[in-house]
Amino acid sequence: MSFSEADLTAIWLTLRLASTVTLLLLLIGTPIAWWLARTQSFMKGPISAVVALPLVLPPTVLGFYLLMAMGPNGVIGQFTQSLGLGTLPFTFSGLVVASVFYSMPFVVQPIQNAMEALGERPLEVAATLRASPWDRFFTVVLPLAKPGFITAAILGFAHTVGEFGIILMIGGNIPGETQVVSVQVYDHVEALEYTQAHQLAGTLVIFSFVVLLGLYWFQRKQKNIGLKYGA
Amino acid sequence: MNLARTICLLASVALMGMVFFPQAQAEPLSVAVASNFTHPMKALVQAFETQSGHKVRVSFGSSGKFYAQIKHGAPFQVFLSADQTKPSALEKEDWAVSGSRFTYATGRLALWSSKENFIDEHINALKNGQFNKLALANPKLAPYGVAAVQVLNSLNLTESSQHKWVKGENIAQTYQFVSTGNSDLGFVALSQIINLDKTHDNNGIKHGSAWVIPSDLHQAIHQDAILLKRGKNSQAAQQFITFMKTPKAKNIINRYGYETL
Repeated sequence: MSFSEADLTAIWLTLRLASTVTLLLLLIGTPIAWWLARTQSFMKGPISAVVALPLVLPPTVLGFYLLMAMGPNGVIGQFTQSLGLGTLPFTFSGLVVASVFYSMPFVVQPIQNAMEALGERPLEVAATLRASPWDRFFTVVLPLAKPGFITAAILGFAHTVGEFGIILMIGGNIPGETQVVSVQVYDHVEALEYTQAHQLAGTLVIFSFVVLLGLYWFQRKQKNIGLKYGA
Repeated sequence: MNLARTICLLASVALMGMVFFPQAQAEPLSVAVASNFTHPMKALVQAFETQSGHKVRVSFGSSGKFYAQIKHGAPFQVFLSADQTKPSALEKEDWAVSGSRFTYATGRLALWSSKENFIDEHINALKNGQFNKLALANPKLAPYGVAAVQVLNSLNLTESSQHKWVKGENIAQTYQFVSTGNSDLGFVALSQIINLDKTHDNNGIKHGSAWVIPSDLHQAIHQDAILLKRGKNSQAAQQFITFMKTPKAKNIINRYGYETL
């Protein structure tokens, strides 16, 4: 089995995209998950719903709105242009922004579940030992919620690798920039190049299976953190 | 037996009926059509239905996908492709009735911008590289993309413009890139932008600015239709094929920006 140069470029690009998105989502998703896990605010419902939207919406809806919003006349587009960054569609950064939206629930939910499972007690004990709120977060919450973070990272990464509809709609199929594996498979199939399609698609199936197998194996060891969805 | 249980029972029987006996009446004629031909096809179906009394069910999509689906038993009776290779392959592979293939339309290509006056008669914007992106259908997949590259080659602009290409998976997506303003310029099908509303005049196109590309700058985009094996014994399918060759049908096809042989 040998991949063409275009296929290899697509694989490398996909891995780069998924890593960037996972890293960003861990940074953005953690405070959101923490807030959702702790808050009593009436905004908890609406914010949870917004975070979970990509689970329900077809990628065509997200892709269509992102294309409009990121375009020169859209809200995001006008903002990025005013910063002198141009517009996001057809760029790697555009894919990153779109994927952050798209994979958000897969990262926020496991972290939130892990944090909710902690309960009040460890934090109260830490407080009696004069740990500041930051201290409590970094030395108590983060280590205890670690399984949740690992699940979140794996799911966020895997889900971004499997992204297709949105990328097709805002990507423009540019090699090395927006032509990811899923789009490349689609192109092979459309062009009736079934052998190349098989190679890439098969690789993706094996990759996804191994990732999920690893995840479930890991979760059996950490019984308290359930995988609520996404698999 | 109480009322609620009776209702539940009746509802499940009705549901089973719908699942197992989908329709009692005759199947409508099922046609697979390349997405670039969406607008004229709707007008053609209307004319054909009133004339013949047959019902037509149309699926729009990419020719490549239809090709794969037909080979895997999709229930289409007639296939209107965006190119000639797929119908002729189906003919060779015995998925279609041999000898039934014909060219129903020849596509015209246009360079289009959603901005007024962006494209002038000398196409300076394209020649001088004064645009952010140039959208075209993926030349690997779509005949309109192949033609777009041939035009760029004829104008000696392929190399200088290549880093600005964004490729739509089909001509409909290419149109979308331009119409949302994300790409200043794009090669679309004339039929997508042609103005059918005679009350307003904008050089023959709906909005924005365009250059209808002289057909000597690229190879003709011949689109072939074929009668599939599944439609071999269907009277409706044969009548539809005959209808497509009548002056009436050709008239409709021309009106939507295609040429006919």
